Amino acid sequence: MSSATTDRLLKSDTDRLPIEDYQRCDPRWCTGCGNNAILTAVQKLCRDERLPREKTVFVSGIGCSSRFPHYMNTYGFHSLHGRALPIAEGIKMRRPDLHVFVNTGDGDCCSIGTAHWIHAIRYNMDMTVLMHDNNIYGLTKMQTSPTSPLGLISNTSPRGTQLQPINPLSVTLGVANASFVAQAVDWIPDLLYQTISRAFHHKGFSFVRILQRCPEYVPVLFEEAVKDPSKILLLSHENGLKISADLSKVYRNQEKHDPSNADRAREIAAMTDRIPIGILYHNPDAPRHEDVEYPDKLGTPQMIKTVLNEEFDKFTI
Amino acid sequence: MDTKTNSDVALTTRLKPMTAPLKTSTKKAVKKTTEKPMKKPVEILREHIVEILSDSGEGAQKCGQTFAAIAARMGNGIWTVEIIPAEIQPPARSIEGASGNRIRVGSKQISNGGDETDLIVAFNEQVLIGRLRAKELKPGCTILLENKWLHDRDPGIIASYSQTRDEIIEQGYNVFEIPMEEECLRYVKDPKKGKNMFVLGMLCSIYSMDMDMAREQVAFIFRKKSKVVVESNHVLLQAGYEWAESNLDIKYQIPTTKSEETQIVVNGNTSLALGVMASGMRVCAMYPITPATSASHYLSEVFQRVGGVVHQAEDEIAACAFAIGASYAGKCALTITSGPGYSLKQEAIGLAVMAEIPLVVINVQRGGPSTGQPTKGEQSDLLTACYGSHGDAPKVVMAVSTIEDCFYSMITARRIAETFHMVVVVLTDANLATAQQPFVRPQFSENWVAEPVDQNSLPEGTTPYDWDGQTGLARRLVPGQPHGMHCITGLAHDRNSRVAYDPEINQEGMRHRSLKLAAFQKTLKTPPVYGGGDGDLLIVGWGSSKGAIQEAVERSRAEDLKVSSLNLKFIQPLPSGLKNIFQRFNKVMTVESNWNDDLESDLIDEDNRRISNLALILRSRYLVDIDCWGEVKGQPLKPGAICAMIQEKLNLKGS
Repeated sequence: MSSATTDRLLKSDTDRLPIEDYQRCDPRWCTGCGNNAILTAVQKLCRDERLPREKTVFVSGIGCSSRFPHYMNTYGFHSLHGRALPIAEGIKMRRPDLHVFVNTGDGDCCSIGTAHWIHAIRYNMDMTVLMHDNNIYGLTKMQTSPTSPLGLISNTSPRGTQLQPINPLSVTLGVANASFVAQAVDWIPDLLYQTISRAFHHKGFSFVRILQRCPEYVPVLFEEAVKDPSKILLLSHENGLKISADLSKVYRNQEKHDPSNADRAREIAAMTDRIPIGILYHNPDAPRHEDVEYPDKLGTPQMIKTVLNEEFDKFTI
Repeated sequence: MDTKTNSDVALTTRLKPMTAPLKTSTKKAVKKTTEKPMKKPVEILREHIVEILSDSGEGAQKCGQTFAAIAARMGNGIWTVEIIPAEIQPPARSIEGASGNRIRVGSKQISNGGDETDLIVAFNEQVLIGRLRAKELKPGCTILLENKWLHDRDPGIIASYSQTRDEIIEQGYNVFEIPMEEECLRYVKDPKKGKNMFVLGMLCSIYSMDMDMAREQVAFIFRKKSKVVVESNHVLLQAGYEWAESNLDIKYQIPTTKSEETQIVVNGNTSLALGVMASGMRVCAMYPITPATSASHYLSEVFQRVGGVVHQAEDEIAACAFAIGASYAGKCALTITSGPGYSLKQEAIGLAVMAEIPLVVINVQRGGPSTGQPTKGEQSDLLTACYGSHGDAPKVVMAVSTIEDCFYSMITARRIAETFHMVVVVLTDANLATAQQPFVRPQFSENWVAEPVDQNSLPEGTTPYDWDGQTGLARRLVPGQPHGMHCITGLAHDRNSRVAYDPEINQEGMRHRSLKLAAFQKTLKTPPVYGGGDGDLLIVGWGSSKGAIQEAVERSRAEDLKVSSLNLKFIQPLPSGLKNIFQRFNKVMTVESNWNDDLESDLIDEDNRRISNLALILRSRYLVDIDCWGEVKGQPLKPGAICAMIQEKLNLKGS
């Protein structure tokens, strides 16, 4: 595929486009839905990073959050429930020149697509994964999700869910070759933007869990955390997020956490009394599947002819 | 144990006088000498079917493959069938553990595995029992049996061996008890490794093979091993040859007709993999499944050299999704699987149909449903391939019929997928996957290879699904193309790829996706009728049964039966002209390796009879009363069985 290689050699630098140029149409999410804040942060990132629109692909599964690619004026792939990751991997394997983002929800990622999630961490292919976690199935109208807190009442758990929720951060950190794990919330835009930006700059599989409010089905779920900053723990570090003075005044619980410290990252991930925000873990040196597997050859007709003839020689009688 | 006594026993208990119905040459007593090869009368054969069976790991597979390769190099037609146990390490000396190879050798080109076996080499009596029970052996055929079990420490084994031996002699088989291991021990310490080459040497003697070629072939198969290993195997090969020359009174020759064109010998799965490379496809995503995986094994070895990648995904669904992602962003990609994996991929296949992403899906069919018979062939996935994904999901379904066809079909499938932006399902099966047959060495053509991916800038305002009203085709936009940005979706969508709730738009999308199949159908030729253009019976088949059906037609026509056959390569869509052909025959039926209810059963009548896959499709399309016949024994269909069925069908017609 010569054009992709040429593009990699001659990386074109497009002029900075206004944010509107990354918007395709008005999103059809509910008023107050946390997805809107995530969309804004991502569009801002595209603008600031001057991402060529034709070189950027958003891949999603199915669910409220998976409508995301429709609202980006880039290439997009709104695929199947749970299958965004393997599709994104196929794209990245063939086209390392493309910027690949994945939008997935808690049901999409942590339930129907769990196997793909675990293995995507192992592959560590270069893509930015935004896991929009509202602790509920929204599009199918309020069923219990794998991250629903114990006791949550939903259409499928009218007496309150009896199952312990999955902790997506702990799970991700528990998989070998995890390379970037972070958590953000939709209601602190500065840190949301910073986290997504850091994730984008990581070369590898960056997993960002974003706690996202669903005012339609679980309006009270994050209410306390939104109103009471003491429920939040900000992770700061010179290799992590920069906390502004203004934010520091509001969010006094802070911890200087070195993202290279995997053990502490796991402890933070397992916290139940506070919501940690920031970069839990970062290992820029984890091997990437596409670097190992991507062939350094172009597969020209001449090369195919040569290899076929060498192989035919082996089988000739 | 005293070896001298052993060989005495071996040579004296050899045989009872034979009453073999098929053999006319008289038996000679075997001389107990290895000094000078005796002059034996050579029986000229048109063809023979040879089996070599052992416990798993004793090398019967390698022996059989090598024997076939030597025969092919000499200019014989061959068709090999692997006999594979389902377990990796099945218990030794067990019926289900039989592992080996079945080789049909002929003086002309061979198109299928044929009927019953003429000569079998068995490393123990248990593996033989399985073949006897399966009625795979020709009555009175030659059995070469390892006799070391007669001196086993376990009296149970001695009893079992003796009983089986007595029974098969009683049944009229031409039995030779052979001290294979004992003979090998004269040359090597561990006869388990190498006994197969001794057997190969015996077979070379029996079938008057060219020993220089045999030695070359043995050197070739052990080319990655040390010189010592090659030499030791050469010694055993020669020892087996000489032993048979001195001790066996059977000597055949199958005349050769050397092809003028250079030939290659590979199995169906290797042929598929070579075809994938030749087609210019660059990504194969798979998950391990029998019997498809061997194609990926071979591809994993060679694909990188042409810039290709084999991705072993975490599951079948991911493999399909990965291929779809790769196809969406580049050249058409491929996923390869077998029945259970195909079922799992169905939803993703529907996505590729809906989003109009080219995709090649290979299904190496095995026995189903559920886990079914993983190592055995069947043709039961035709309906699921045509109609499997939920909703209306038009896709191309084609079947391969020979080893050579496996190669070229990959090039065709890739081209159809990329031209029509469609899913192309290629059906093969376990019988073709492991069968070997020589074919003319392909000459590379640049036309085989896919065009580079279009990365040109598009006119502003280009619509992603600019469906052509006549053909349903639209230009495909690939990421990287400026002004082509859009969001592809598995939801119903309009020409701009926007999610559509408007009923008219859904209708429009469906119509165009369906039209593409019609447009493609117009490119298909009517398949040729094999036999005569009209007659009493037309047998319609698809895929791997082509050779067996044609042989049955040939034999039946030699008996003046007015039978012809037709092999369908494209089943969805079907080519034009079939109805005209059907109308020229009194009776039309399909022959398939899938289930149909027997009308002879008490409970079964025309109202409840479940009929074979292809028969169902043909009946609904052509409103012709099409009968069907098939077997699901996990074995390739035999021409003899088809012949018998033809006789029955034609006689029934008269009554």
